[in-house]
Amino acid sequence: MAHPALVPPVLVDPLPEYEDSVGPRRRRPSAWHLLLLPLSLVMLTPLAWMVVTAVSTVQESRQFPPRLPSSIQWSNFVAVWTTAPFGRWLINTAVVSAIVVASNLVFCSLAGYAFARLRFRGSGLAFMLLLATLMVPFQVVLIPTLLIVKSFGLIDHLGALIVPNLVTAFGVFMMRQFFLALPPELEEAGRMDGASRAGVFLKIVTPLMGPALATLAILTFLSIWNDFLWPLVAIQSPENMTMQLGLSTFQGSHLTDWPLLMAATLMSQLPVILLFLAGQRMFVRSIASSGIK
Amino acid sequence: MVRTAEAPAASAPVEGRPSVLRRVWWSDHLAGWAFISPTVVLIGLFGLVPVVWAFVLSFQQNDLISPGKWVGLANYKKLLHDPLFANSVRNTIVYTAVFVPVSVIGALLVAAALNRRVRGITFYRLAVFIPVVTSTVATATMFSWLLDPDFGLVNAALSKVGIASQGFFRDPHEALMSIVLMTVWGWLGFGVIIYLAALQSVPADLLEAAAIDGCSRWRAFWRVEVPLLAPATLFLVIWLTINALQLFDEIFVTTKGGPVGATTVVVYYLYQQAFQYFNGGYASAIAYVLFLAILVVTVVQLTAGRRLSHAER
Repeated sequence: MAHPALVPPVLVDPLPEYEDSVGPRRRRPSAWHLLLLPLSLVMLTPLAWMVVTAVSTVQESRQFPPRLPSSIQWSNFVAVWTTAPFGRWLINTAVVSAIVVASNLVFCSLAGYAFARLRFRGSGLAFMLLLATLMVPFQVVLIPTLLIVKSFGLIDHLGALIVPNLVTAFGVFMMRQFFLALPPELEEAGRMDGASRAGVFLKIVTPLMGPALATLAILTFLSIWNDFLWPLVAIQSPENMTMQLGLSTFQGSHLTDWPLLMAATLMSQLPVILLFLAGQRMFVRSIASSGIK
Repeated sequence: MVRTAEAPAASAPVEGRPSVLRRVWWSDHLAGWAFISPTVVLIGLFGLVPVVWAFVLSFQQNDLISPGKWVGLANYKKLLHDPLFANSVRNTIVYTAVFVPVSVIGALLVAAALNRRVRGITFYRLAVFIPVVTSTVATATMFSWLLDPDFGLVNAALSKVGIASQGFFRDPHEALMSIVLMTVWGWLGFGVIIYLAALQSVPADLLEAAAIDGCSRWRAFWRVEVPLLAPATLFLVIWLTINALQLFDEIFVTTKGGPVGATTVVVYYLYQQAFQYFNGGYASAIAYVLFLAILVVTVVQLTAGRRLSHAER
């Protein structure tokens, strides 16, 4: 659940030298490697050690100082898959993310467009109230939200993770900022040709939203994927858990079996890391192609 | 908001007929409300109503099952004399005071190092960015293992250089700083992304001018680039502070607030009160105090940040 009180400064492309790094120019090895290599190794150590432990036996994990495993224990992954409903958690997370991302793309862009472009009675007040909810930490609304969701009969149901997240104030605000930065001339031309507001939105604005929607989709997905406190209080049954919550219960019940735990952690992170590798490129490319500055 | 006024006005003179103008005006009202109606309903129900409801709850004794009992300011008065709450506030302040500066300065230096064309830069950047998408629960699980007192990799490395094994999460004196270490790992990449984006907006000719004037690269970084990064720094400080004050996931997975309350932070205490002791009213009062604290800290940081950047000009 995203509940930021602020919005990051408009992102310019943070990776502008993507192509340069594989460019044809040859140069002396830079002294920066002496700094960058140890740094990246330190940053990767927790992940690398997770992978190593995930393919070790329990005995190998209980030796000090630790050593690399003598053979690769693929059986750890099988053990994880059979002792906990990992597939179910993955499907649950995917279903919740897909619905929440899709609805945010639709509702946030509609509302963001209205707040940026349309002048209508009550829009100022509505937008102020929206901004006000953006300032509220999630912990404040946690208990009442639980009671509301309970009154809908959605406790311990995937709906509890979906319905309160269908639209986020953050997403509306982000899309509004995007539309404010978009030149309005095309839309005005469409209006003069007699198109309705809905027509202008569908035919003229929607094709321009790609990069903004990609950003919103990635941010929404990450917030749902990473959400923990809300699923923790809203979901009890293992078959309704998301990956994060499931992993934490798995951790709680296999406290000393580190190979099993690391195999589970690795499996739980693989989908999002793969998506990130793809998404990062998409992010960079979409900004570059649209020329947003 | 300003630009919105232009659209109907601009089209009016072209059409030149008042009825058309009127139609446009009406359609904007209808379209506007139609466009925001899903947001109004959902944000109203899950954004505004709970804020008011939580405020009411904070004046009640409420176990979240039976109807609440009105107790006035009793919850807030109790907070003032609750040693466990005071402890959680202390832990949260210490955590935030260490985590935020370390993360911001670390991110600045790492971003500066990553902002250049060297072979393998893609790999270096990925190494810093991947922790950003690693979930809090996974991060906490990995660090429990890395910092395991008996078989952990970090203690093995320490023993290589002749340092005795540490307790980390199990040592009351080290647990909170171990949490700092873990969360800096998780947040560093976020700050780096913000700084890398901001560094692109530093005009190259400014740095060239500094170089021509005989300014060393190192000096130019601190005197030219860092001041220009002030908006990014202010944003990062505020953002990381807000998140630090709401720390919960990592505590829940690693230490459960222990050992002996050494890592019980405010949101963890709130969670205990609400969902272990079923003091919904008391938990709501804690939430509102947290809300107020976040607002005050943010306003103070914004004001101080603006004043600092004005003083420099």
